[in-house]
Amino acid sequence: MFPALALSMQQLQPAASLPLLSCLRRAYSTSGAAAATNWFSHVEMAPRDPILGVTEKFLADKNPDKINLGVGAYRDDNGQPVVLESVREAERRVAGSHFMEYLPIGGLRDFVSESVKLAYGDDSPVVAAGQVAAVQSLSGTGSCRLFAEFQRRFMPHSSVYIPVPTWSNHHNIWRDAGVAQNGYRYYKPETRGLDFEGLMEDIKNAPNGSVFLLHACAHNPTGVDPTPEQWQAMSKLMLDKSHFAFFDMAYQGFATGDCTRDAAAIRIFIDDGHRVGLSQSYAKNMGLYGQRVGCFSLVCDSAAEAAKVESQMKLIARPMYSNPPLHGALLVSKILHDADLKQQWYQEVGVMAARIKDMRGLLRHNLQQLGSPHNWQHITDQIGMFCYTGMSGEMVDTLAAAHSIYMTRNGRISMAGVNTKNVARLAEAMHAVTKEAKM
Amino acid sequence: MKTTASPRYGPGAPQRAALLNKPAAAVVANGSRLAGVEMAPPDPILGVSEAFKASKDPNKLNLGVGAYRTEELQPLVLEVVKKAEQKMLAAGYNKEYLPIEGLDAFRQATVQLLLGSDSAAVKEGRVAVLQALSGTGSLRVGAAFIARFMKGTTVYISNPTWGNHRNIFGDEGVEWKYYRYFDPDTVGLDFKGMVEDLTAAPDGSIVLLHGCAHNPTGVDPTPQQWQEIADLCKAKGHMPFFDVAYQGFATGDLDKDAFAPRLFVDNGLEVMVAQSYSKNLGLYGERVGALNVVLSDADAAKSVLSQLKRLARAIWSNPPTHGARIAAEVVGDADMFELWKSEMAGMAGRIAKVRGELQAALESRCPDRDWSFITKQIGMFSFTGMTPQQVDNMTNKHAVFMTRDGRISLAGLSSSKVAYLADAIVDSVRNH
Repeated sequence: MFPALALSMQQLQPAASLPLLSCLRRAYSTSGAAAATNWFSHVEMAPRDPILGVTEKFLADKNPDKINLGVGAYRDDNGQPVVLESVREAERRVAGSHFMEYLPIGGLRDFVSESVKLAYGDDSPVVAAGQVAAVQSLSGTGSCRLFAEFQRRFMPHSSVYIPVPTWSNHHNIWRDAGVAQNGYRYYKPETRGLDFEGLMEDIKNAPNGSVFLLHACAHNPTGVDPTPEQWQAMSKLMLDKSHFAFFDMAYQGFATGDCTRDAAAIRIFIDDGHRVGLSQSYAKNMGLYGQRVGCFSLVCDSAAEAAKVESQMKLIARPMYSNPPLHGALLVSKILHDADLKQQWYQEVGVMAARIKDMRGLLRHNLQQLGSPHNWQHITDQIGMFCYTGMSGEMVDTLAAAHSIYMTRNGRISMAGVNTKNVARLAEAMHAVTKEAKM
Repeated sequence: MKTTASPRYGPGAPQRAALLNKPAAAVVANGSRLAGVEMAPPDPILGVSEAFKASKDPNKLNLGVGAYRTEELQPLVLEVVKKAEQKMLAAGYNKEYLPIEGLDAFRQATVQLLLGSDSAAVKEGRVAVLQALSGTGSLRVGAAFIARFMKGTTVYISNPTWGNHRNIFGDEGVEWKYYRYFDPDTVGLDFKGMVEDLTAAPDGSIVLLHGCAHNPTGVDPTPQQWQEIADLCKAKGHMPFFDVAYQGFATGDLDKDAFAPRLFVDNGLEVMVAQSYSKNLGLYGERVGALNVVLSDADAAKSVLSQLKRLARAIWSNPPTHGARIAAEVVGDADMFELWKSEMAGMAGRIAKVRGELQAALESRCPDRDWSFITKQIGMFSFTGMTPQQVDNMTNKHAVFMTRDGRISLAGLSSSKVAYLADAIVDSVRNH
């Protein structure tokens, strides 16, 4: 009886619900110290996060050979998390600096300027001209959220066009910021590649001045990226339509192993005259996951405009978290500032990207050796941390239940979780669940 | 500065300029998408530190932001924090994502610190605990929760309160109203006004309360007054939302400073509590805090936590590791915990000392006014009652940087600067 009452109360007008609420509470509460009010009995259990919930299930599994291909966190060939040597060295250098004061709202300035150069290029004219408004942010999530809030305030009535599919948290972020969402065609299941015609059509059909979310490289979850020529075409069309390009770059360095190449799309757009927005994350490429380090930037028309835009970014950040965390920014700043450390980091990113590429090759090879009837070329065609296998939700469930192999239900696997010790078992399990099926 | 040409809307500005026979700079295509964005005002609190930094006055004194300073007016990293960091460096922890709800060891430690190690609510699993980005982040997730699950409810905040409270609730679209709090005549608590306003508020409102060391006034209710407020909340069905940013900083004693939230929980109220370790552990820049929601049953706690996680996922996904590890190390190790308690007592002690010195200095310079509020008020701040014009005089003439509401941070005052400050205050209140 009470749950039903609680539900129907949510549908009442707020003013009308209050007397009812206090009646309920008086009914519940007894006098004396044990009395309890009941503000929250109507709160339902939220669904598990589709990505982070996979890790929860994985942790609960007692099979010693279990495999976690859920969250995109890099693992070495022994399946262990990695702290880069360049990061350890940076940490040794910042240890004992004994500075823990609040950062400015916009974060560590050194960190911000180095990040902007990393993304837009050391010799980028928009950077030199001071046109880039930028603040340190809480990794990729925080950057996207700052932009979504900024979009609601300063691009009112605009909706965001999000690729289908995309990182599931994009939907949460723009929804919670109160910005309407549309999808644009991106992944073509038949080819397990890019639906370029569909994408261009959707860009063309969107109202002029729409906001488009683009994955700069190593698209998550599909691993399918446009070619440079395709990026050029998208850039021109988006210029014609006066669309606003917001790039989410969570994998710079991880796609090809080369930070400059991985930022090519952004630079194509800038060269064409776009004023882009950008979310940068150091979670993967520097392995700083839990440090929550990122940068949110907007390219403006002038330094004067950039100053105003930056002040508004801070106005959004202050009531969210006041100022960003220090530690991770110190590490990134140290690494990007010091030529030797930076070189070392470039190499280490190259090694991570190369290992993933090797695993792609191995997995595909193993599946072919097992006599799989399916074409697994997309495993090596796709790029970055993730592979969109094309497996169904039911197959994913079976892999978890029968094989203790965990991935998100869209069939996305994190290649970083694959290593020479588990790739054979993975291939066998994938073969087992797919051999009879049409894919 | 030369900007890059933007041929965004067809032929570029230079080409169109040529067509129109106008100088290129005058033709700005359709105009920038962001041309209408205005310059935001500097943050009223954090902006003070920026102004202080920019000042070249050799006598300048920063009494703006509430960050603890030593007698030498230097920032302080606690010994216990340095020890914890050394341990962590040696242990070579990885940098993996924390779960959305944060570091388990930290969450356990923080709720016990708040409610006491013998807390029934904790033992019964009735508290939803979410690690969050310090006090601000904890309040923000709480505000988002209120916006989503308590639609139409108004939050009552003290007049005055920490300025950012308004923005936090405002940005989540939660309506807020003031309740009377500070009495400028007594320079103390307007308890009668507070009770009147909270009684007049609609049943089932949310009441934002400062757990101890009220910011900006330094004026706290007495234990008896806290009990009356708790009774009022019960009678009206109000939900208390505590902001606990100074546990340990008010009296120097962690348990004493947690008196109010513990009292409310013991009285059977469901409460929200935002905690910050910025000041008491000196972890300012590491953004360590937690949002605690004390429920009447364990199932509700599970549901509420799941929803808090859902909200946090769309703001920051998961909270930063570094500071939480430090806090967990300190609270979890008996020796470090004792060391922390003594360091905290030291900080609170220095502040109490300068309060006494400042009061004495003011009394000797200006005996016709009552300066006793300086030692009656508690915590980092003192609400001097100075007007904005008087504050401007403090800054412009004496290079004393403070917020325009008349708040000074005693944490930024050294014994050696007491005389200087007293002179400045007396000049400002007498002549402006």
